[in-house]
Amino acid sequence: MNDQKALLQYTLRLADDGLILGHRLSEWCGHGPILEQDIALTNTALDHLGRARSLYQYAAALFNTLPEADKATFFTSVSLQKEVSEGTAIDEDDLAYLRDGWDYRNVLLVERPNEDWAYTVARSFFYDAFNSLFFKELAKSNDESLAAIAEKSLKEVTYHLRWSSEWCVRLGDGTDESHARMQQAINELWAYTGELFTMNDADAAVAAQGIGMDLAALRPQWKELVALVFDEATMAMPADAWMHTGGKDGRHTEYLGYILAELQFVQRAYPGMEW
Amino acid sequence: MTVHSFQEHFDKKIDGDVAIEPRDWMPDDYRKTLIRQISQHAHSEIVGMLPEGNWISRAPSLRRKAVLLAKVQDEAGHGLYLYSAAETLGITRDELYEQLHSGKAKYSSIFNYPTLTWADMGAIGWLVDGAAIMNQVPLCRCSYGPYARAMVRVCKEESFHQRQGYEIMLTLANGAPMQKKMAQDALDRWWWPSLMMFGPPDAESGNTEQSMRWRIKRLTNDELRQKFIDVTVEQANILGLTIPDKDLKWNEERGHYDSGAINWDEFWNVVKGNGPCNKQRLDTRKKAWADGQWVRDAAMAHAEKRKARKATAKAA
Amino acid sequence: MAQQTTNKNEWPLWEVFIRSKAGLDHKHAGSLHAADAEMAIENARDVYTRRMEGVSIWVVESTNIHASDPGDAESLYDPANDKIYRHPTFYNLPDAVKYM
Repeated sequence: MNDQKALLQYTLRLADDGLILGHRLSEWCGHGPILEQDIALTNTALDHLGRARSLYQYAAALFNTLPEADKATFFTSVSLQKEVSEGTAIDEDDLAYLRDGWDYRNVLLVERPNEDWAYTVARSFFYDAFNSLFFKELAKSNDESLAAIAEKSLKEVTYHLRWSSEWCVRLGDGTDESHARMQQAINELWAYTGELFTMNDADAAVAAQGIGMDLAALRPQWKELVALVFDEATMAMPADAWMHTGGKDGRHTEYLGYILAELQFVQRAYPGMEW
Repeated sequence: MTVHSFQEHFDKKIDGDVAIEPRDWMPDDYRKTLIRQISQHAHSEIVGMLPEGNWISRAPSLRRKAVLLAKVQDEAGHGLYLYSAAETLGITRDELYEQLHSGKAKYSSIFNYPTLTWADMGAIGWLVDGAAIMNQVPLCRCSYGPYARAMVRVCKEESFHQRQGYEIMLTLANGAPMQKKMAQDALDRWWWPSLMMFGPPDAESGNTEQSMRWRIKRLTNDELRQKFIDVTVEQANILGLTIPDKDLKWNEERGHYDSGAINWDEFWNVVKGNGPCNKQRLDTRKKAWADGQWVRDAAMAHAEKRKARKATAKAA
Repeated sequence: MAQQTTNKNEWPLWEVFIRSKAGLDHKHAGSLHAADAEMAIENARDVYTRRMEGVSIWVVESTNIHASDPGDAESLYDPANDKIYRHPTFYNLPDAVKYM
């Protein structure tokens, strides 16, 4: 994989993470446990979505400057290939709405369903804790666009982590029921946290260019952060066992297909129109 | 002071356009009317999140998705401001929810209609929010202080809602023939229910007279409805869409548009619970509230534990 | 006041005060429910500053607010009515004096 393709792949993954998690969190809008938290979670959903858009815009710019031969084969989507062959420059919406699941690169964790408030909190907590470390490093990236997006995201992520940590503690150290639900969510989602720290080809390529980083090196800090909150939340840290992976390479759980079916419905049913 | 002089004092304030504040003496009926109206308004915001919330996951572009999400979130905020205003009258939000869930309290019937296509997001923003703004602007001068202040905040935030809806309609109306058809279809379905949002005709509206006297209401249902029709017809013309009313025509003498008869049987039927989505909307709200119980309990339990721990630490 | 039935599980009500920018007073923005003070501040941030309306937030549990009785308004505030010398417009200054 050449450098620009690796950077594009990497940027797309970060964008996909944001879009899919934002999409999941937005499913709570109108259905939250209390009005104040409905509003709070929607703010976070908007942050993830906003970050995704900046990243997609950057990814589209990267794609549009690829050599024609690379463009023609980069995505498997027929609709995208058609636009490319017609010489049209692609944009953020083409990337979000016209790629099928195997071109989506988000980690499996973010596509896990909301289930209940405890799963939603646990999923966010694992991801926010990772993001707080990741974006701090990415802010030092050689790539100015990514560094700038990271800088802005870091402020948002700090707040997200505060929210999810506090809820982790509230539920963990709340009632017997909330304690049990929180522990169950943690146990079940634990197997999806390993993928955050795996290095695929794109990760290795951008790390070598000083754009990305060694993700595996973030894991000890991440575990420390998690342990600190778990301690206050009276939650037991699950033992490291089998970890699910595949999302970063386009092999997803069944859930993503349904997300995309909804997300892309209008664009798929009425192709090539302005909305 | 005797009750009589309290009443006199209250009347004088109302007549002098002096705001009534939570701790001021007020007649029981004034309080009851306000609780009913404000909570109905709050419930409408919360239930109103659902028809549009439907399309957050299906919005056709990332920009539209972000805007719709922010808009539905605003509605949650508006519900919250309004519940807060109602709470100053001595009723809790839990009690108000109870009234909604049991069917005792009503919400705007418009939200019992389904959102079937993306164009409905445009039509709701343009027509439903347009009608709501028409209703709400005079409420910024309502006699009850907390309600008036909540409405000022709501109106300020709502200004973008109608614009984003109209922008969606404009994009569709200028788009492919199929998109224009989608926009027309949405207008056809939302026009009459939007007119019903202003409530029954003045002649049949039991509450209007007293509410006008108390300056809770500033304009009658029919006056507001007429205002809405007059401005909206022009906006439809710009879109190149046709309002589904063959009797609609400009009346030079009145300086207003004449319009066809509203099907009030349909209105009352939906109010009674027979709209396409009444049960679905209420069930969704009840489920969200019931599913959230353990979460709310956990947060309370945790807060109490922390308080207790702090107290123990202090004592030691 | 209507009968206030207390639901043990309902999150307490908090009053929110927001400083819209440095140099200005905190102003009452509205109220909300939260389980504790930290959450009340965060909820206030999410509810009342969605459009960047604030730089600082105060929250006070509503039960801790002590309000004056409106029936006492005359004895509390009327005495200030005749002390107009407290208001700057009481003083006549030549137009040439600026920025005072």
